[in-house]
Amino acid sequence: MTTNPSDLARKNLRTVRKLALVGVAMFGFGFLLVPLYDVFCDITGLNGKTGRLEAAEASGVGIDKERTVTVEFIANVRDEMGWDFRPQVASMEVHPGALMTTSFVAMNNQPHGVTGHAVPSVAPGRASRYFNKTECFCFSEQHLAAGESKDMPVKFIVDRDLPRDVKRLTLSYTFFSSGDEPG
Amino acid sequence: MSTVATAHADEHHGAPKGITRWLFSTNHKDIGTMYLWFAFTMFLIGGAMAMVIRAELFAPGLQVVDPQFFNMMTTMHGLIMVFGAIMPAFVGLANWMIPMMIGAPDMALPRMNNWSFWILPVAGTMLVSTMFMEGGGPAFGWTFYAPLSTTFAPASTDFFIFSIHLLGFSSIMGAINVIVTILNMRAPGMNLMKMPMFVWTWLITAFLLIAVMPVLAGAVTMMLTDRHFGTSFFDAAGGGDPVMFQHIFWFFGHPEVYIMILPAFGIISHIIPTFSRKPLFGYSSMVYATASIAFLSFIVWAHHMFTVGMPVAGELYFMYATIMIAVPTGVKVFNWVATMWKGSLSFEIPMLWALAFVILFTIGGFSGLMLGVAPVDTQYHDTYFVVAHFHYVLVTGALFSIIAGVYFWLPKWTGHMYNLKLATFHFWWSVIWVNVLFFPQHFIGLAGMPRRIPDYATQFADWNMISSIGGFAFGLGQLLFLYIVVSTIRGGEKASTEVWDGSDGLEWTVPSPAPFHTFATAPEVR
Repeated sequence: MTTNPSDLARKNLRTVRKLALVGVAMFGFGFLLVPLYDVFCDITGLNGKTGRLEAAEASGVGIDKERTVTVEFIANVRDEMGWDFRPQVASMEVHPGALMTTSFVAMNNQPHGVTGHAVPSVAPGRASRYFNKTECFCFSEQHLAAGESKDMPVKFIVDRDLPRDVKRLTLSYTFFSSGDEPG
Repeated sequence: MSTVATAHADEHHGAPKGITRWLFSTNHKDIGTMYLWFAFTMFLIGGAMAMVIRAELFAPGLQVVDPQFFNMMTTMHGLIMVFGAIMPAFVGLANWMIPMMIGAPDMALPRMNNWSFWILPVAGTMLVSTMFMEGGGPAFGWTFYAPLSTTFAPASTDFFIFSIHLLGFSSIMGAINVIVTILNMRAPGMNLMKMPMFVWTWLITAFLLIAVMPVLAGAVTMMLTDRHFGTSFFDAAGGGDPVMFQHIFWFFGHPEVYIMILPAFGIISHIIPTFSRKPLFGYSSMVYATASIAFLSFIVWAHHMFTVGMPVAGELYFMYATIMIAVPTGVKVFNWVATMWKGSLSFEIPMLWALAFVILFTIGGFSGLMLGVAPVDTQYHDTYFVVAHFHYVLVTGALFSIIAGVYFWLPKWTGHMYNLKLATFHFWWSVIWVNVLFFPQHFIGLAGMPRRIPDYATQFADWNMISSIGGFAFGLGQLLFLYIVVSTIRGGEKASTEVWDGSDGLEWTVPSPAPFHTFATAPEVR
């Protein structure tokens, strides 16, 4: 234990600096939790977050003709958005590994243009990491002018490693409004 | 860093006079006193809100206030009691006692100490003032889950956010001060494993504060940018996730509950040995148990969120980790009981409160165990059972320990012994009515009454009425506490230097009342 007052002040200052640094670092850590949760959900497939594949990667995957999985489609719209949004087909029979294409139809009933963003989710959650999309309207924002209707395609592959006991997958999209056009 | 203060030039003068004594104070005792008075003021304000809540819940139907105001009351009651009453009270006790317990002349950073206190009344005023703004104050629960607190919150929420920032600054500066004081200012010969338990528990609490208060500041900052600057941390429309708010909040929130109870463990670990006339049983196991509780507090947060739709593996992990906390907590309760075993016990006022703490806090711990079991939590979640649980650990736990500490140290602070008849009455009045108040809430919770709702089904009416009567009586009793403290400051029987028959530690070697400056030269500890 030091007795010299100026030595003590210096020592205190050093400790304060370290502790203040911890405080600042923890503030940063709070924000770091945001991407960490995303990574965690990607790895574990929690929260129904789906995978994304580049088309090139997708072509190299073989098709498992022996298995058939039912994929169902659900479309939701937040009430205040004023869009009609539905899948073209309610469900498909797919072989794991096969590249499939389906599409959703969205129509803007509002008297003005609306930009929206679709958030996907796959149930059951543990299967979501085996559901990969190569092309999806959910990758970017979608804009519909007043009264406009649009076909929105999705290309996906169900991974061959999908657990054997999963026979049925549900892909759900929810459209959220990200902004109205004035007028 | 200009906040690092040099020692007082003149160690021999007494307390300065007038308002500047308090405004410009760098004295740990004065600042401790101010913290305690601030905490008591907020306790009365938060308590008045609890009275409104209990008045509305006295009978089914809507009688006293409208639902929006009721929601504001539950929200503000929680926020004020957590951030305004319990936390500042513990910091006040730390300011008063830690330098005297470790033989230091003052806190390490006296000017920062002044700053961390004076931020509090500003933050508190700002928080309370939101209630008088257009659209009302926060009414989204003290846990301020998004999107209730972002998309659907009143305009005053920005003031709430800023007041949380300020409270965070105050706590972090206070915590840094405590750590620096404890690490650098101990009297020669006092190594870490000779430190009094209150000092140990506060050292660990301060580390918890530095680790999690910035995360809370981050959470409210994200709320702010979501509200005004177009980010979507918690907004699904922009790719965010409201559940993530709960993860971030409880990453702060769970260590926070230990911030509010570890110093209590320290206080009780002083009182029980004193009135058992035996040293604390298992001192080093107490230290390790405190550290383990602090560590575990970081890895159990999602047990507050069992119902959000977690996979079974996650529920199992958080359940087992949560239940594990019972082990170090059990060690502590065991050690307190073992300290009393074959001791020559006497039941002075602080001992009565400490014993009530051990019994009633343990009840709160047991109901916590029940809530920690994931499969049954689905039923208990967001019911009055949860309310009963956290009031047993926070009222009969944290608050009782603070009252016990005040009765324990008040003669040292003021130089006077309080009126024992009144204090005995205060104890029995409080301990009876607090159980009338909170015990029935277990029953109505298990029967399914949801929390934070101003109306309820008629089958809950009887227990709610009993609970309300207990609430009014308990609240009234705390005004007696105010009277006892004020009259003790004004006068009373002179207290000796040791104050208590079995007192032990450096703080009992300075005269009563403790002089304005103590331990200008460090004592030798063997």
